[in-house]
Amino acid sequence: MTLWFVFALMTVAAIFAVLLPLGRSGRVQDQGSEVAVYKDQLAEIERDLGAGLIAAPEAEAARVEIGRRLLAAAGSKPAVEPKSSLKWRRAAAVLALVGLPLVAIGVYMPLGSPRLQAFPLAQRERGSGSGMAQSLENLVAQVEQHLEKNPTDGRGWNVLAPVLERLGRFDDAARAFRNSLTYNGESAERRSDLGEALSAAAGGVVTAEAKAEFERAHALSADDPKANYFLGLAAEQDGRKDDAVSIWRALLAKAPADAPWRPLVQSSLARVGGGAMPALSDETVAASKDMAEGDRNAMVRGMVERLATRLKQNGDDVEGWLRLVRAYLVMGDRDKAVGASSDARQAVANDADRLRQLNEGLKTLGLDG
Amino acid sequence: MIAESGHYALVLALALALIQSVVPLIGARLRDAALMNVARSTALAQLLFVGASFVALVMLHVNSDFSVANVYENSHSMKPLLYKITGVWGNHEGSMLLWVSILALFGGLVAAFGNNLPMSLRAHVLAVQAWIASAFYLFILVTSNPFLRIASPPIEGRDLNPVLQDIGLAVHPPMLYLGYVGFSISFSFAIAALMEGRIDAAWARWVRPWTLMAWIFLTLGIAMGSYWAYYELGWGGWWFWDPVENASLMPWLAGTALLHSALVMEKRNALKVWTILLSILTFSLSLLGTFLVRSGVITSVHAFATDPTRGVFILLILCLFIGGSLSLFAGRATSLKQGGLFAPISREGALVLNNLLLTVACAVVLFGTLYPLAMEMLADFKMSVGAPFYNLTFAPLFALLLLAVPFGPMLAWKRGDLLGVTQRLLAAGVAGLVAVAIAWGWATGGSTLAPLAIGLGVFVIGGAVTDIVERTGLVRLPFATVLHRARGLPRSAWGTAFAHAGLGVALIGIVCETTWNSEYIATMKQSEVAHIAGYDVKLDGLFQRQGPNYREMIAEFNVSRDGETLSVMTPSKRSFTTRGSSTTEAALLTRGASQLYISLGDATAEGAIAVRIYHKPLVLLIWWGPVLMAFGGVLSLSDRRLRVGAPKPARAKPRLQPAE
Repeated sequence: MTLWFVFALMTVAAIFAVLLPLGRSGRVQDQGSEVAVYKDQLAEIERDLGAGLIAAPEAEAARVEIGRRLLAAAGSKPAVEPKSSLKWRRAAAVLALVGLPLVAIGVYMPLGSPRLQAFPLAQRERGSGSGMAQSLENLVAQVEQHLEKNPTDGRGWNVLAPVLERLGRFDDAARAFRNSLTYNGESAERRSDLGEALSAAAGGVVTAEAKAEFERAHALSADDPKANYFLGLAAEQDGRKDDAVSIWRALLAKAPADAPWRPLVQSSLARVGGGAMPALSDETVAASKDMAEGDRNAMVRGMVERLATRLKQNGDDVEGWLRLVRAYLVMGDRDKAVGASSDARQAVANDADRLRQLNEGLKTLGLDG
Repeated sequence: MIAESGHYALVLALALALIQSVVPLIGARLRDAALMNVARSTALAQLLFVGASFVALVMLHVNSDFSVANVYENSHSMKPLLYKITGVWGNHEGSMLLWVSILALFGGLVAAFGNNLPMSLRAHVLAVQAWIASAFYLFILVTSNPFLRIASPPIEGRDLNPVLQDIGLAVHPPMLYLGYVGFSISFSFAIAALMEGRIDAAWARWVRPWTLMAWIFLTLGIAMGSYWAYYELGWGGWWFWDPVENASLMPWLAGTALLHSALVMEKRNALKVWTILLSILTFSLSLLGTFLVRSGVITSVHAFATDPTRGVFILLILCLFIGGSLSLFAGRATSLKQGGLFAPISREGALVLNNLLLTVACAVVLFGTLYPLAMEMLADFKMSVGAPFYNLTFAPLFALLLLAVPFGPMLAWKRGDLLGVTQRLLAAGVAGLVAVAIAWGWATGGSTLAPLAIGLGVFVIGGAVTDIVERTGLVRLPFATVLHRARGLPRSAWGTAFAHAGLGVALIGIVCETTWNSEYIATMKQSEVAHIAGYDVKLDGLFQRQGPNYREMIAEFNVSRDGETLSVMTPSKRSFTTRGSSTTEAALLTRGASQLYISLGDATAEGAIAVRIYHKPLVLLIWWGPVLMAFGGVLSLSDRRLRVGAPKPARAKPRLQPAE
């Protein structure tokens, strides 16, 4: 309500500014004229002459010239004195009283948002009781703010880093993991988390920097599964497929049977070892063994379709696209493979790194020259 | 509350501007004093409301109210207070609000202090001012509204472009806008004169302070922008012939021409039509600059956001005002009375030459700016017009202009004596030649033109000194008389001398910097030493530091000369988390007018860092020159006296002094 009151006051002030001069008769003496300027100029010549800045003949010439202009100006002075026309003044007053508020409201209403509350920093810090959604981003922002002020809070970095990684802010995540390492001390797990963030930031490529982190993690604890998995991946990406196979085999051999990452390693192994079906875990393969040929194909097709739908929703996953293309090729559906690869290019077209990675992957599949 | 009040104040300003653009004109037609006076009160009220709107936006930024989209997009709660305030105009919407605030400020000033104006002229001027204001209020409200809100406000803002988080943002844009927009006053005066069909020496008297003020601010604004680019962008360059820089240079060139032709008009009642045309052109070029920068036609640091509707809108405003004013000019110019006569060799003649050279130079810059754009748009052919083009075209024009500068103020009005002036400039000429000889002997390498250009600069400075010496009679008269005359000399004469000397100073700086700067670019390790221009620069080490909203890596350099330690320089690289970008903060060591400049590149894994070290001889003269020019302008502005150009009588004794 106060807002509308303020608006009304402002409008009244604006109207008043227009009405004020209309009420007065208008002081005619409150203005200058050319005649005054020329008279001043004449006076100026006398002063210059007195100060010795100009000589007498020049002063005389100037006086003649200005005198001529003065005469001309005085002659062209409007013969009619200022007058007042009441009719037009009334029209102007009506314009101010009616037109001005109409224009103001007419422009403001579609643009303004008078119902929205202000939300300054002070109020935010008091606790966001104003019904604002505490979204994940806002929480993250709060933690980040806290850490900007207290950068040595290792626990905070520990909490923040994986969240950042999940949000896709890989560079920030890598920085957070680094800080966590600095303030919480070395551990194989943190090293390999850092490596993972680094390679995620590089679009899935295990860069030299990331690899160094995994090697450090491996040195700290030879059994760290993440480090082993990514070292294998690095080997694969370097083209040392045999090394990758041996690293992953060793990893699987030591792994507990219920390790959640087992299927991932197995499918990777299948990829490198030239397994016929992509992305099939042991369980699914085992399950499919007992099926009839037709059923098995149906199951595989179902999986491929699920993959295709997922990629349609989120096209950033280059590995996924490659898997899909490979799956189509294995199923002998070359047209679909070509279609999927062009879809993939479109999906990652904005990201040069991913596009390069995709193109390289497609080349190895023999789809592209 | 604050946001919506600010928004509504802006809307009210629009409504007032609409009334101000119609009612006073009707009043002038009917000669009704009350209706004409509506212009004054509405202009003042407009200033009040736009001012309130601007203050509201500043408060929103200071409070970090992220329910306002503009604040969310360009601010961050951790930003230092200064940058929260300057960030208000560090973005498109806010800078347009600053633009109209300054426009309203000038309108308000005319309304408040225009008592010496005839009433109908004042009414016309303020009405034209209101047309411009209405167009830009509409532009802001429709396409770039800074008060739009976000329904569910985010908790943190996206921060200001780190390059702009610098003290330069506090000074450069307001100065530049005061210059750009200040020329709207002379534009309004010109249009008012055309509408009234009346123009005379008195008109020039009234326009002078406004034009001069705008020119001073524009000069300082451009110089400041150039210095900012020099130390912030980290390449050590100070002028790139970037289209956006050209956009500010063009109004400056036209405005300088306007300043000089208005002088002729005020003193001698001549060049009236030309002065009107220049007033129109100067402001049109300001508008063109606004269009180029704000429409997104050009991408640069200055183009904060690009949006086609904005471009179309500004283009419309541009066509309306430039086209309208030029057609009005074409229709009415012939009816204006022509004024005083003068011989080709005279002060007037010299000022005509000055105008000619300045406008041609301006046209060259305009061509160089628009041609690549046109080519890109029409022929889809990307090209850039840079320093080589301007060195071939702009530089000779300016050399010619500078050669003529010392002659101008020494020629008599109406009919001058070129031979006599040349004799009196002999000393300055000799000084210039000596400078050429010294530069030739001392310099190693560089262009052969450089010593000549330095000689030219010295000649210009010498000419300015000679002018003052002649006017006060320093060598001929007893000292007491000289003092008396110096005191009696109009301040505008001193202003002319300072402004012209400033040109020479800037020229010397430009030549020295471009010809004899030396650079050292390498990757340095700790305690490695670089040798440049007689200095030994040793890298002491690299440190990390946490700033308020950035992290920075500082390199510490120990600078010594002949084994004697001079100073420690600490250039740094700042990385800003929120925008994920980084800036280089160059370190500068000033020795006299020369500077040592260090900026950092990327660090390598082994703890080494890429370093660029420049030695720039006499580089500061480049900016001292414009400061001198602006100082001359201030002197001239403070001179409240009227100007009379006393003509030289036909048969006069040859040694008479012309007066101001």
